[in-house]
Order: sequence, then C-alpha cells, then structure tokens
Amino acid sequence: MKKALLTALALALLYGCASQPVEPGVAPTPSPASPVTASPVQLQGNPLKDPNNVLSKRSVFYDYDKSDIKDEYRPMLQAHGKYLAEHRGTKMLVQGNCDERGSREYNIALGQRRAEGVKRMLVLMGATGSQVEAVSLGEEKPRCTEHNEGCWSQNRRGDMLYGGEY
Amino acid sequence: MKRTATFFAASVVFLAGAARAQLTIEITGGGANQIPIAVLPFAGESALPQSITEIVEQDLSRSGRFRSLFVGGITQVPAEISQVDFAEWRSRLADAMVIGQAQRLPDGKFEVRFRLLDVPKQSQIGSSVYTLPAGQIRLTAHKIADFIYEKLTGERGVFGTKIAYVVKQGSRFELRVADADGQNAQPMVISSEPIMSLAWSPDGTRMAYVSFQNKKPILFVQSLSASKQPAPVASYRGSNSAPAWSPDGKELAAVLTKDGSSQIYLMNADGTNPRRITFSGFIDTEPFFTPDGRFIYFTSDRGGSPQIYRMPATGGEPVRVTFEGDYNVSPRLSPDGKTLAYISRISGRFQLMVMDLESKQVQILTDGQRDESPTFAPSGRMILYATDVDNRGVLAAVSSDGRFKQRLSVQAADVREPSWGPFLGN
Repeated sequence: MKKALLTALALALLYGCASQPVEPGVAPTPSPASPVTASPVQLQGNPLKDPNNVLSKRSVFYDYDKSDIKDEYRPMLQAHGKYLAEHRGTKMLVQGNCDERGSREYNIALGQRRAEGVKRMLVLMGATGSQVEAVSLGEEKPRCTEHNEGCWSQNRRGDMLYGGEY
Repeated sequence: MKRTATFFAASVVFLAGAARAQLTIEITGGGANQIPIAVLPFAGESALPQSITEIVEQDLSRSGRFRSLFVGGITQVPAEISQVDFAEWRSRLADAMVIGQAQRLPDGKFEVRFRLLDVPKQSQIGSSVYTLPAGQIRLTAHKIADFIYEKLTGERGVFGTKIAYVVKQGSRFELRVADADGQNAQPMVISSEPIMSLAWSPDGTRMAYVSFQNKKPILFVQSLSASKQPAPVASYRGSNSAPAWSPDGKELAAVLTKDGSSQIYLMNADGTNPRRITFSGFIDTEPFFTPDGRFIYFTSDRGGSPQIYRMPATGGEPVRVTFEGDYNVSPRLSPDGKTLAYISRISGRFQLMVMDLESKQVQILTDGQRDESPTFAPSGRMILYATDVDNRGVLAAVSSDGRFKQRLSVQAADVREPSWGPFLGN
C-alpha cells in the first residue's frame, strides 16, 4: 500500500503534477515541480521513471520535528547515489518539507536540514556535492492541506528531483 | 477588503471610565482606563465624499484606549467652541469631545478643521486644519485620530502607519500594504508561489521578503515608492530567508545555507558583502536587531530544542534567553527594546508570549492554537500576529498588556505573515 502510494507520488512529481487532496472549492496549490521541459535523460527505458525500479521512488518521510533518515529509505538513497555517481552530468534538487506546525522560518531551517541530510547520504553513496542542491520549502508547499496527522505525515518529506524535473 | 473587528473590551473598563468621567483629563502615558470621548459629526461633513468622523471614531475605539460615546440626538452640530453645550456633554459623561467643520474649496479640494475639547474644563486642548484632495479622506482621518490620541494619552498614535501582510487565495499569493486598520489595501507583489517573512525597512520605503518564485526561498527587496521590479538580494545555493533590517537601514541580517546548515549572515541592504556571524552548525534563524542595533536576537536549536538567544550584532558568543518549554521561536523586540515577543509551544498549542527583559517575567498573551509571526506596532502598544479561525488564516492584534484584542480577516482567503510598518515622517 505504502509502496504503491510512494510510486504514485513519485510519478506525479515526474510529470510535474503532484496529486494532492484538496478541500472542495479550494484551488490546488502549485506542485513543487514545474512542467517537464527538457529531460536530459532518455525516455525510452528510463530507470528513473520505471515504477518497478527503485529509482522511481523519490521521497523520504520523517517524524515530527525530526530530520534523521529512517533505515527503510537507505536502499533507495543508495540507488540514487549510485545513479548520480554513474551519471556525473546529472543534477538533482532535494526539497525538504515540513508540516504546518510551528514557525514558518524555523520550518524553512528544519526542511533545509532534512534536505541536507538526504544530500549527505547521496554523497556518501557516491554522488558529488556539486551534483546535488539541497533547498527547503518549509511548510509553504504542503502536498496535503488538512490539519491532522494523516496529512502532516505526508508533508514531513524530502523529495528528490532530477534535472529537468524542476 | 472586508474587515471584521471583534472587541473584547470588558464592562469593568466601561464602569471605570464612567466613574472618572467628571475628572479632568490627565495625560497618563499608559493608564489602562478608557477615556470617554464624543466624536461629533463635523458641520458640513456631508460635502465630503465619505465620512471623516466615522473613521476617526473607529480608529480611537479600536485602539482600546477610548470609549466612544453615542452622539445621536444632537439637534445642531457645533462647529465652534461657543456653540458647545458643555452641560449636556458632562451629563453624557464625556471627558473629551471632538468638533469640527468641513467645506469644499473653489479648487475642488476640501478643508477640514477640528477642535479637541476638555469637557469638564470647558476648554480647548488642541486644534488643527487640513487641506486635502478627495483621495485623502482616510489619511486625514488617521492624522486627526493620531492627533487626538497623542494629546490624550501622551503617546504617539499609529493610525497613520501601514501594515503589510500576505494573502493566499487559491494558488495566488499577494503581498499587500494597507492602512493600520486593514483598509485601503494595495497589492505590492503578486505571485503564483508562496511569499513570506515580510520586513519593512526602518524608513518605510522598502520591503524585504522571501519568495519561492524560483522553486526555492530567495530573498528580495522591493521599493514601495517607485514601481521598480523587486531585486533579489540573496539567491545563493540552498535556501535564503528570514530577513531583518538593521535599525539604520544599511544592513540586512538573513539566513543562508550556502556553507551548510542554516546560519545567520550580515550583508549590505543590496545583498553585497555577506559575512557569516553564527558558526554553530545547528539551526540559527529568525534574526531580529535590538533597536539600538547592538544585539541580534535569534532562534537556535543548539541546546537541543529551538530556543531564543541573543548575540552581539557583529558576532560573538550567544546568551540563551528562553528556558521554559521546548519550543520558543520568532523573537521580536518592542520598539523601546524592553519587551520580547515570541511564540511558545505549550501543550501542543502555539501561543504569543511577551517577556519583560529586565525582570525576565513572562506573560501568555493569546489562547490560540496556531499563533505565529508577531510584529510590534511602532508605538509598542499593540502586537499584530497571524492565527487561524476555523482553519482559515487571519490576523489578530493584542495590546502588549494582553487586555485588548481584535481581528482582521479577508473573506475566502488566508491572511498571514503580518509586518507593522514604522512611523513615517510628518
């Protein structure tokens, strides 16, 4: 179930249209990823977009106020680190996100720490620091807009976007 | 923009005001009692495109310092002190009253003159005259209210100042500047991406803010006087946020992540010459200068949880300021530098606090769930902040003693990130 959700979210990000539950009558907020313009990677047999490939998974989820990466995300990060090591010309943007609770600016910093944590792991796994930019969206771009833990847990997230996807 | 003001003025205060209605007005400089005042319609006011005394009366009421008296049933509106029936206004328990006259001038402008009267003494406290075009009725009303406020309380009024805030409607974000009462709102920046962390320059001519228009937080400064494009002042690798102006307006403190974690940097107001002033490796954010420019208050989790610290503005060893609780953020100094406003998480709720910096005494000012982004009025009397009502963002204001509260909301939109502008010249 979670796997399917992650895959769906990752696919949605790839196509620049993050699915997000919105309340009726409320216009959806813009997705974190802009429409795909020029993809530097081949579309045919692209491992980044193959739902059966771990590289299609792009999100790390966190506990409240936390930024440590749970063990379950290590294989995914290892695969992305390896991919970046094998494709030195490929760039990645890591976006850290937070749930809506607390100071907006503190959440920018917390989201940054989450993104930096993902970046650090990718570098450990073979990427170079210059390939990966870690940025924060704080609580400003929630994927889910309800005010409960169900939504908050989806919003405490780090997303990996490859060059061309943002 | 629709305004909803909710007043919580206690009836106790009403009685206190009534009991002293016959006393001579005293300039107390900070008493809690409300001054009973009668703002009479100005003679000939119907010549104006909109009522000026209505705005004056609303300004004074909203400040929490005045109790506006019912002025109905007046057969003849006095234009001069000789026409005032002081016995009548004493019986109505007025301490002060405002009379005036308005007329259209041959050139199409208007002339408004008013007098502020001491009812028990039957004397004039002050008067002024304004010549104004039709478009400045509100501005003139705010000036009159500021005049009255200062004469009767001994403190400068803030009715003529501006506030800025962000309105989110669907996927549209607007940075708006409005009068302090929330009226007369003008969009300054419009974006399809979030805008946050507004900060007025000390002279009121520029606004620093954070925009996500380039898919990550970037720091901009927008001139409010000229219709120039906003200029990015910090767009380094990583995130750029949390701007704060030095009191002389020459420098910005901001948070950059170009060297790793979120750290505080000082830079010139145009973004040049950034130099790092915190070196913790932890989160250091939300810088705010003391009014004398010597220190910076900021939020850091170097001690294991987000707490407020103070450090010399040029850099140096920080001193921890907050100790109670495990989440104290968003420090803002009062204009006199004596009070710290901040947000504290208490049992899962985010509430506005004030700390008297000398005694270290702390007071909870609000009872919201999600109060955030406090900003002092330039007088220090009121604190504007963001909160939510029925899951919709609204602005609220509370007097810094916690006695008086009001709300500002925009229909069908989220309002957030308030910043109260400085006193302007004249």
